[in-house]
Amino acid sequence: MGAARPGRPPGPSGPARPPADPGSGAVIEAAGLAAGYGGRTIWSGADFQVGAGEFLTVLGSNGAGKSTLLRMVLGLLPTAGGALRVFGQPPRRGNPGIGYVPQRRALDPDLSISAEDLVGLGVDGHRWGVRLSRRNARQRREAVAGALAAVGAARYARRAVGRLSGGEQQRLLLAQALVTSPRLLLLDEPLASLDLRSQQAVSQLVAELRAQQDFAVVFVTHDINPVLSITDRVMYIAGGRVSVGTPDEVITSENLSRLYQAEVEVLSDSRGRLFVVGLEAETVHPHSPVSPAGVQP
Amino acid sequence: MITTSAMATLSSQASGFTAGPGWNLVADIQDMLSFAFMRHAFAAGTASAIVAGLVGYFVVLRGSSFAAHAISHIGFAGAAGAVLLGLNPVLGVAALSLWASAGMGVLGKRLRGRDVVIGLIMAASLGLGYLFISLYTGNAQNAYAILFGQIFGITTGAVLITIGTSVIVLSLLAAVYRPLLFASLDEEVAQARGIPVGALGIGFMLLMALAVSEAVQVSGVLLIFALLVAPGAIAERIARRPAAALALSGCLAVLITWVSLALSYYTPYPVSFYVTSLAFAGYLAARAWTAWRGHAGRSRRFAPRRQRRRDAGMRARGTATVRL
Repeated sequence: MGAARPGRPPGPSGPARPPADPGSGAVIEAAGLAAGYGGRTIWSGADFQVGAGEFLTVLGSNGAGKSTLLRMVLGLLPTAGGALRVFGQPPRRGNPGIGYVPQRRALDPDLSISAEDLVGLGVDGHRWGVRLSRRNARQRREAVAGALAAVGAARYARRAVGRLSGGEQQRLLLAQALVTSPRLLLLDEPLASLDLRSQQAVSQLVAELRAQQDFAVVFVTHDINPVLSITDRVMYIAGGRVSVGTPDEVITSENLSRLYQAEVEVLSDSRGRLFVVGLEAETVHPHSPVSPAGVQP
Repeated sequence: MITTSAMATLSSQASGFTAGPGWNLVADIQDMLSFAFMRHAFAAGTASAIVAGLVGYFVVLRGSSFAAHAISHIGFAGAAGAVLLGLNPVLGVAALSLWASAGMGVLGKRLRGRDVVIGLIMAASLGLGYLFISLYTGNAQNAYAILFGQIFGITTGAVLITIGTSVIVLSLLAAVYRPLLFASLDEEVAQARGIPVGALGIGFMLLMALAVSEAVQVSGVLLIFALLVAPGAIAERIARRPAAALALSGCLAVLITWVSLALSYYTPYPVSFYVTSLAFAGYLAARAWTAWRGHAGRSRRFAPRRQRRRDAGMRARGTATVRL
């Protein structure tokens, strides 16, 4: 699906990827999927697939049910209807094929644990008991060093995590999620509470890592502009409905107006950044109109 | 506080008793440990300090220090009830604090930020404990001992129970060490990785209740914070590696206990006064040290290097940026 983007040259993931084989190669398959808690449905009727190596951006306002989708894929929340399969299996907790970075909250500034140890939890933090074997300790150290280098965090590997900046902490959580080489990376608002420069750096990093390691990405955000150039497809969640397609298909005045039965207008500025007007009740808009690296069409 | 049994021991060996230190360390320690009540105090104090230090590190990491404080106060009602019934007060503490911690563990997340509820239950328990104490017509010294510690009155049997409890708590802590650390630092990711964070939370609260029951003997329910939370809080600020932090926390708790016992032996002041004072002084010193280290680091080394690297990173990213 990486190549199926009319009007857009290939993204930083490189040359066209063969489209995911539906049914067998798909990382996530959903048919008539509904999400909700305790009998209340948040959204329903979602039909989509995420192919191997695909980048899906999930857009929607706070409370639209974006994180709920991630929690269902992780097996932490039952589906409220329809079918959901992850790697061809029903979702289950502790799936080693999934890396997950939850919505960020600042770490305790007094926390003096080193960056290495935070990332190391991703390797064996779920195992019972204490680490005894020296060989395991060496393997763990190598895996952690590799993940830290991959996200460009090697230089603060031994620093206390509480004293690192938001962008630096976000890189560590990314390294922790990737240390087991997952085939699917779930990111929940990874750009929230980062400054614009860090937003661009983290988006770029995710794109580069995906190109190297070829995992699929589900990227939850309320502003598509920082990831517009690397997104294969967009999922737009608002008003209990879900629509999936390429950015050109989904984020258009006609489509959003039809979907939400409101007068919605999609504006595009000279750099190709998109602004949705008319879904104010449904959608949070980009915080700032300035984006240093820009996204050119 | 020296209870009657300890007084008996003391008077029976009165010939060896010296009023103050002779400033010969070996002789002083030999002198101190020639008394059975001091040997008992050191044995039970060490066992409960190790547990308090190690459990306390996780208490600090998980942000449950108020829960630990509340559990000890709820335990006071149990202790007073046990005294009224003629039972061992420490067993009363253990019974009621285990029950309370299980309840808090089950409520779990819903209790987070509910300081008012926890505080009210804590106050009600203290009141109930006071009622039991006033109904008890025997020695009021017992109540005093529960509130402020009673380590010099500890019997051989209680020493053995304390050591046994410590061994059990430490074994269980070792068994859940990695998932507990993961869940304490990042509950959401830990849950997604398949760690049963709910069950682990309840299990940890039970371990905390046992640690509280042990530490109550040294510092009493009112002063439990010192032994259970201060070493962990100091270690959290200073140590980079979790294993080192645990070791530091355990060692600090033991050191505080030993020094307090020795000081209390040579002075007329109670053990728990020294425990709380040393713990507080240690915490202040740790804060001062980390502040100084942070300041020195910023002004001397880190800032310029960090700035250079950030500039280099910006340049590197600039060339790698893919523009469409």
